[in-house]
Amino acid sequence: MSNAQIEIQLIASLVAIACAIPGTFLVLRKMAMISDAISHSILPGIVVGFFITQDLNSPLLILLAALTGVITVVLVEYIQKTGLVKEDTAIGLVFPVLFSIGVLMIAKKANDVHLDIDAVLVGELALAPFDRLLISGVDVGPKSLWVIGSILIITIVLLLAFFKELKLSTFDKGLAASLGFSPVIIHYGLMTVSSITTVGAFDAVGAILVVALMIAPAATAYLLTTDLKKMLIFSIVFGIFSAISGYWLAHGLDASIAGSISTVLGLLFLLVYLFAPNKGVIAVLYREKQQRIEVSLLTFLLHLKNHDEENERHVNHLNEHINWQKVRSKTVLELALKNNMIVINHKIVSLTSKGDEFTTKAIDYIITNEDAQIEDMKDDFFLFRG
Amino acid sequence: MDIQDYFSLVFTDYTLRTITLGTAILGAVTGMLGSFAVLRKQSLLGDAISHAALPGIAISFLITGAKDSNTLLLGALVSGLIGTFWIRGIVTKTHLKSDTALGLILSLFFGFGMLLLTFIQKQPNANQAGLDKYLFGQAATLVESDVWMMAIVTGICLFVLLLFWKEFKILLFDKDYAKTLGFNTKAIDILITSFIVLAIVLGLQTVGVVLMSAMLLAPAAAARQWTNSLATMVFLAAIFGAFSGVFGTAISASQNNLSTGPVIVLVAAVFVLISFIFSPSRGLLFKQIRFIKNRRDLELHKTLAFMYNIAETHDDISHPHEIKILNSFQGYTKGTLKKLVEKDYVTLKGSTWSLTDEGFKSALNLYNQLTRNDE
Repeated sequence: MSNAQIEIQLIASLVAIACAIPGTFLVLRKMAMISDAISHSILPGIVVGFFITQDLNSPLLILLAALTGVITVVLVEYIQKTGLVKEDTAIGLVFPVLFSIGVLMIAKKANDVHLDIDAVLVGELALAPFDRLLISGVDVGPKSLWVIGSILIITIVLLLAFFKELKLSTFDKGLAASLGFSPVIIHYGLMTVSSITTVGAFDAVGAILVVALMIAPAATAYLLTTDLKKMLIFSIVFGIFSAISGYWLAHGLDASIAGSISTVLGLLFLLVYLFAPNKGVIAVLYREKQQRIEVSLLTFLLHLKNHDEENERHVNHLNEHINWQKVRSKTVLELALKNNMIVINHKIVSLTSKGDEFTTKAIDYIITNEDAQIEDMKDDFFLFRG
Repeated sequence: MDIQDYFSLVFTDYTLRTITLGTAILGAVTGMLGSFAVLRKQSLLGDAISHAALPGIAISFLITGAKDSNTLLLGALVSGLIGTFWIRGIVTKTHLKSDTALGLILSLFFGFGMLLLTFIQKQPNANQAGLDKYLFGQAATLVESDVWMMAIVTGICLFVLLLFWKEFKILLFDKDYAKTLGFNTKAIDILITSFIVLAIVLGLQTVGVVLMSAMLLAPAAAARQWTNSLATMVFLAAIFGAFSGVFGTAISASQNNLSTGPVIVLVAAVFVLISFIFSPSRGLLFKQIRFIKNRRDLELHKTLAFMYNIAETHDDISHPHEIKILNSFQGYTKGTLKKLVEKDYVTLKGSTWSLTDEGFKSALNLYNQLTRNDE
């Protein structure tokens, strides 16, 4: 590995961490699309800053762009507050307009300067190591490494300092407000940090990858855990993993680094989406199927309990009576037999004493709907485990 | 070239005519279908789908090797639909919320698309240039066949919309009721979503991935302010969309260095702004005016009621009282007093006022009305 390669991977990993932290909170606060809006609408801020400083890495530019990001959030909230349109429409209106203004400003004024919308949108990580930061003539590393590094440090300091407040206001706004933490300040603080991170990461990886790095690791982690600290750690790990493996994928295909990092993120999400132990699609589908069968089982047992007459308990009759088209009655019969809930004599089904007891309990549960009643049943009955 | 030249050239110049027609049709169809997206609270779906369409464009280019816009758009349609249904899958099957699902699909698909585009650019194939026009759109590349394509798709949309109008409408406003009536809500849902995807894909070539969501939303959001009827809203949105297309093209053609897509979006945004402010029933301006008027009426009523209470204690209702005993707490200002005089409820004599018969009567009614309202 050459020096430049290491530097690229380092920058990518730092960006991934810096994005994963605010991203986790954005996902939890249901504001993921705000990050998309910010990443587009900071364009006019960048353009104005660029006209003033003529330098894509100047701190003024980052400040101006972050300011535009916060303005976006304020605008969205203002439009939403008028009640004329819903929140999502407000987001969808504000950022394309700001983005258009940015594009037109570039087209009008910056034709012959180095500011390319493509680069802004997609970024070029491969070029990042060539823009060096010189301090009194000494080369101290790539500029973007310093930019993203300082943003990351600020983010981590803020996270550690305000972790409790962030956590509380994310999960229980009302409690946070009543305890005296202003949710508004935390909200705008988070928005400011997101804007600054977006701007800082922008130059290196482009607007879209910023969104991918903010949302995808957090969403993937959210499928695996419901613990905030674990979720933060998971999303940071996922971010770093995809940053580094994405770099090597891009290296192999000779394609855009930002693109391949998001592709890796996408594959990672797909894997977790399908196979996550509790919340993955396969687990959910399996659980739904189990629950369907068990609802049928319960219906079946209740039916048996309600009817003493033999013709109602004949095996063939059950098929038509309880209207089981979807779940085969055979599965249910076998399940009930296996659990010793029923006995079959000459094709007449009757409840055993265990089945009778179970059904009585189930009726109790359905009528009273009290958890305490079925506490002991939860072990052998899937349905009530939720 | 200024705007006047433009309008004289529209009818003679092939390119200009094609672009104008294309953007107008595009604006109309996106406005029409956008109304549904806005009302179904799927506004950001447009943004997600337009980004999700990118890998489809790249893949269909990789497969066919041709730059025929219809083939590429077919690829975009397929990947847009995959994105849409994946979003739906995420929202229904996991506990992730719709905003996360939208952001995920948007950024991941787009990133994958960029990977493919950069991969294609490195291929030794001279044909590959120009795929990136789908990023920002280039209305200038529209040719007559594209416009025909748009017209045909718009025609189909219109036909399906009219055919299933009742179903769409009922699904939009009361899904559960539609279900109980026996409509296959899932099928209708898929139908309308597919048409929204189709409209988005159609616009990619003209305004590009990034700005497509505004094309979908802005005309609909503007139209929403003027009416409460779905039919009128769809119609208005189509008109707003078409006009944004035409004006946008006109402005961008009459200036140098103005790409069409952003200008169209800004024109549409102006429509939205005007609608937000000036719409008679919902607009901010008239809302504020109504607010002020209500406050004035309230002050007037309070003053009148106060006067009535004083006059009531006298045998002669026209007994004069000092103005000084009125104060602003009872809503008294010089303005309200003047209004009351104008309405002939009160007569002024020097520094005293007295209630007229008419004033007493209307104050009595006012009082009755209030008590009746209280009950």
